[in-house]
Amino acid sequence: MTTASRRTRGFAPLPTAILLLGAAYCLLPVAWVVVASSKTTGQLFSTFTFAPGGALLDNIADLSTWHDGLYWRWVANTALYAGVGGVLSAALSGVTGYALAKFHFPGRNVIFNVLLAGVLVPSIVLAVPQYLLLAKVGLTDTYLSVLLPSIVSPYGIYLARIYAAASLPDSLVEAARTDGAQEWRIFRSIALPVMVPGLVTVFLFQFVAVWNNFLLPFIMLGDDGKFPVTVGLYTMLNQGNTTPALYTLVITGSLLSILPLIALFLTLQRYWRIDLISGGLKG
Amino acid sequence: MASAAPRSRRAGRTVPARVPYAFLAPAISLFTLMFLIPIGYTGYLSLRKIQVTGLGLGRGSRREVHAGLANYREALADGELWDSMLRVLLYGGMLVPTMLGLALLFALLLDEARARARRFSRIAIFLPYAVPAVIASLLWGFLYLPSVSPVQYLLTAAGGPEVNPLGPTAIFFSIANIAVWGGTGFNMIVIYTALRAVPQELYESARIDGCGPVQVALRIKIPMVLPALIMTFVFSLIATLQVFSEPTTLRPLTNALSSSWSPLMKIYQDAFVTGDTYLAAATSIVLATLTLVLSLGFLRLVQSRAFGQES
Repeated sequence: MTTASRRTRGFAPLPTAILLLGAAYCLLPVAWVVVASSKTTGQLFSTFTFAPGGALLDNIADLSTWHDGLYWRWVANTALYAGVGGVLSAALSGVTGYALAKFHFPGRNVIFNVLLAGVLVPSIVLAVPQYLLLAKVGLTDTYLSVLLPSIVSPYGIYLARIYAAASLPDSLVEAARTDGAQEWRIFRSIALPVMVPGLVTVFLFQFVAVWNNFLLPFIMLGDDGKFPVTVGLYTMLNQGNTTPALYTLVITGSLLSILPLIALFLTLQRYWRIDLISGGLKG
Repeated sequence: MASAAPRSRRAGRTVPARVPYAFLAPAISLFTLMFLIPIGYTGYLSLRKIQVTGLGLGRGSRREVHAGLANYREALADGELWDSMLRVLLYGGMLVPTMLGLALLFALLLDEARARARRFSRIAIFLPYAVPAVIASLLWGFLYLPSVSPVQYLLTAAGGPEVNPLGPTAIFFSIANIAVWGGTGFNMIVIYTALRAVPQELYESARIDGCGPVQVALRIKIPMVLPALIMTFVFSLIATLQVFSEPTTLRPLTNALSSSWSPLMKIYQDAFVTGDTYLAAATSIVLATLTLVLSLGFLRLVQSRAFGQES
């Protein structure tokens, strides 16, 4: 510990400067969207980039009344797609990862490798046929068409398996088994509580993945009442060519939609187990 | 793995053979429905085509028939597809080294105890991960417009020329910049977490041997996080080949992006605008094969432990 305190005593200006430069670069567009949301459409294209206007509340009001509050519907849809998709995905990854880590059965490695290979499949290879197949059963342009493909996450299963293998001792499972507990009960009351931090990580990854996914809802949905924020803002931007007043609304909408996510990140950061993916967790 | 079987026998109670499969049933069924069947269906469609009889009017005049490899021949002979691949390779060639280079640099600096403002920088650089690609492209897209850009404002004030980051050549850098902005933080955290797992004694002995911080970084830290670097490289490669959101979002703001700028945009165009699902299916298979060959080829090359790692 003496060496550690000796090391922290110095000050390295160059590394600090580079880090702050990186931080400034990453904060720049976020700072801009905060400023730009307060500008009127006229000010947006005429005043200096970082000169604030005074129209933030007007912009929010305009956005809220635009097409009878369609924007807030997109926000609610996004929360539904990402939230429900994330929870279901974490649950499925938990059950599957636990089974792959703690049971020994014929075909285990084949099943694991086939599931994991799903990571490598380009999204379009899935999205186009998923659309065509869901169209055959009349499910396109429904909430399910975006939710169903978001539940299986090969990556989430991979993470859950590593986490179960590393954090759940075989002896604990064996002891419960000797006591005569049913397998599902062992999973529910012994394995699941231990796996929670790993599953929170899976949830966050999937939440971001669904919230970030543009291609799938873009292909599946036609009714703008079911759009997530990303597809909604894209269509608004597209109409901006003919109605420049929409640009201000798009910018205000961007700000309002990233703020809750940034808040979620800052509060949940300490639950992230990124060591799962960087190989820092020893299995 | 080998020790578990005798142990459960010792416990006097074995798991019924059907139990593991019951646990796996939901994942396997959904994976089959959402992955295997769609992939199989793409393969099937890629071998089919529409045959039009007569004038192509009325019911039954359009029939789906077997096409052999005709769609693949058409896809591979399509200059637009190769142009889009070339553009994406050029774009990826700029993006991946820059993003991972910066991620590694920031991770090493975060690991440097004498650097200040580390917590703030870590959170700030990671922040763009919370911004979806569509919204990131939207924000940068506006910042690229000459009438909004701060760089242009200062240039004009100084009597400088007008630069257009949305021009035909500059657009490559502009899109790559959006992806660098969005991806550096996440990769930095992955590498930084791997760095923190390196036993401190390794550094101590190197320091006793007289290595400076740069030497420690080059000789010990970078080799120790190589698996994390390999993994971030493969994921970046896969993401690059599939770029779609950024160029699609920027299109309303510039004329420099064609509707088939990236391979995914080309497939989308074929499938949903032109309506040639069969050609789109064949092109998807070509792209998937290329992705698999590139990523598996790379992994084999470096014999990574990132995938198929046994617990």
